[in-house]
Amino acid sequence: MAFRILAGCTGCWACAPLCPSGAIRAATPHFLIDAQRCSECDGDYADPQCASICPIEGVIVDSAGVALNPPGSLTGIPPARWAAVRAEIQAR
Amino acid sequence: MQPWVPGSLGCARSSIPAQTTGAETDGVAPLPDAVRARVHDHPCYSEGAHHHYARMHLAVAPACNIQCHYCNRKFDCSNESRPGVVSELLTPEQAAHKAMAVAARIPQLTVIGIAGPGDPLANPERTFDTLRLVRARAPDMKLCVSTNGLALPGLVDDLVRCGVDHVTITINCVDPEIGAMIYPWIFWQNRRVKGRRAAEILIEQQQKGLEALVAHGVLVKVNSVLIPGVNDCHLSQVSRVVKAKGAFLHNLLPLIAEPSHGTFFGLMGQRPPTAEELSAAQDACGADMRLMRHCRQCRADAIGLLGDDRGSGLRLADLAEGEVDDRAAMEARQAARAAIERSRAAARPAAEVLVPLAAVGRRSERADAVLMAVASRDGTCVDQHFGQASELLVYEVSARRAVRVGTLQVEPYCSGADACGGGDAALRATVAVLAGCAVLLCAQIGYEPWRRLEAAGIQPNGEHADEPIDATLRAVYRELAEAGRLKPVRSTPDRLTA
Repeated sequence: MAFRILAGCTGCWACAPLCPSGAIRAATPHFLIDAQRCSECDGDYADPQCASICPIEGVIVDSAGVALNPPGSLTGIPPARWAAVRAEIQAR
Repeated sequence: MQPWVPGSLGCARSSIPAQTTGAETDGVAPLPDAVRARVHDHPCYSEGAHHHYARMHLAVAPACNIQCHYCNRKFDCSNESRPGVVSELLTPEQAAHKAMAVAARIPQLTVIGIAGPGDPLANPERTFDTLRLVRARAPDMKLCVSTNGLALPGLVDDLVRCGVDHVTITINCVDPEIGAMIYPWIFWQNRRVKGRRAAEILIEQQQKGLEALVAHGVLVKVNSVLIPGVNDCHLSQVSRVVKAKGAFLHNLLPLIAEPSHGTFFGLMGQRPPTAEELSAAQDACGADMRLMRHCRQCRADAIGLLGDDRGSGLRLADLAEGEVDDRAAMEARQAARAAIERSRAAARPAAEVLVPLAAVGRRSERADAVLMAVASRDGTCVDQHFGQASELLVYEVSARRAVRVGTLQVEPYCSGADACGGGDAALRATVAVLAGCAVLLCAQIGYEPWRRLEAAGIQPNGEHADEPIDATLRAVYRELAEAGRLKPVRSTPDRLTA
């Protein structure tokens, strides 16, 4: 039971200081989660902290490889509505 | 509250209140002497000071606790020159070392700020450690912090204890409906909060923080990013609210949204404001003249005089290791400041004070004013090729005076000696943001860009290469007046919908 950080992470540092287990370390090309230490915040917080502040969709996944922030979850715009919203914004 | 329509094309002029209401009059009152004394040698606040004094931003704060649609937290893009992007993240110790080394090399340095690349107050330990270290070694420096305001109320006491005397809060709205179009989410009390609720919390925290800072005597400037069709009609309300609460300055920043920056707005094709819209929004906000209109929207690691970033030449590795004599450096700075002040006192015309808009006259009394844009590398002369300009200075020029309206960031359409005219999309975007300008002044310009500007109703002018901007603006204004070709600053509203 541990999360993973994938390529696409920009290394913005937001997650690292929040981790209650100290499991996240700054690495290149992207930050990494120590699987031995990651508790998925179980017992500490209602929501996993790293995934709650990460600004990039899809780069933190659970042990099954499922994205904690799937496409559209952070912009608030599901991929299917992207074109329509784009048209609306371009009309401003 | 201003009416706002989703996807609307700018503001109906009639929706902007006249500047003669009580609150507006207070809002544009001249700066009190005490405030003026505190910003006199601050290059960001005083147009007079920015030619003489330097500031430095320390990039120690990477994390951010909110997402703005105009921001992409990407590091290491040396093409860009916008807030939130830095090339070198520093630890507090490295930052203090760099600050002291730079302060010893550039004795005109008066201001050290922390502006990012994330939110300084979302990295409280790094930010406050840095401030304490710098304070201890250079007590003569003015310390500044910029923030989105979310974590501000809980940290006001720490800011005061560290001797921070200027704080900038970016406040883009006081209405959560509008906020939800700018901020998709915030991180709040260990959870991600989205949508309208996120904007509500952020706005509440910003306003609380503003009030607490003012109560502690900290100077507060409010920055607002002007986003056409989102908050353009709303900023006059923001201005009234923040000035009533004691912000000493409200600075409008035109949105930067290049697709290549990878921001949400950039990718979605949100356009930046035109010169005309920036000017109109500033009028509606009663923005203070000669204050901040020279703002160059510096990077979070900017060093040096405004518009002359020396950050890339002063990276940590370039600064010699070893001890800096802090005391000798401070004495050198004091001597440099005294010399600068002597020359400023000698050069300053008696009338050169921070003039509020009200003193210049209402729009109806400036009916003969026109907007002119200038391509200038050094900020004092018409010395740049139009195609190589990454920013254009916009002035409102009338028979009586020329006043800087602001600076528009553009993408140079000419990327090399043989590729001039190749950046078609860039040229189109540049011509679009110049809407409302009567004239574009530059040192040189190609045939095709010339033709496009003319077609857009903007007269290109390359006849004043390397001449001083002020004199050129006056001369060109006279030529326009004599030829009967003056067109007013504000054209008809249908221009905005074209």
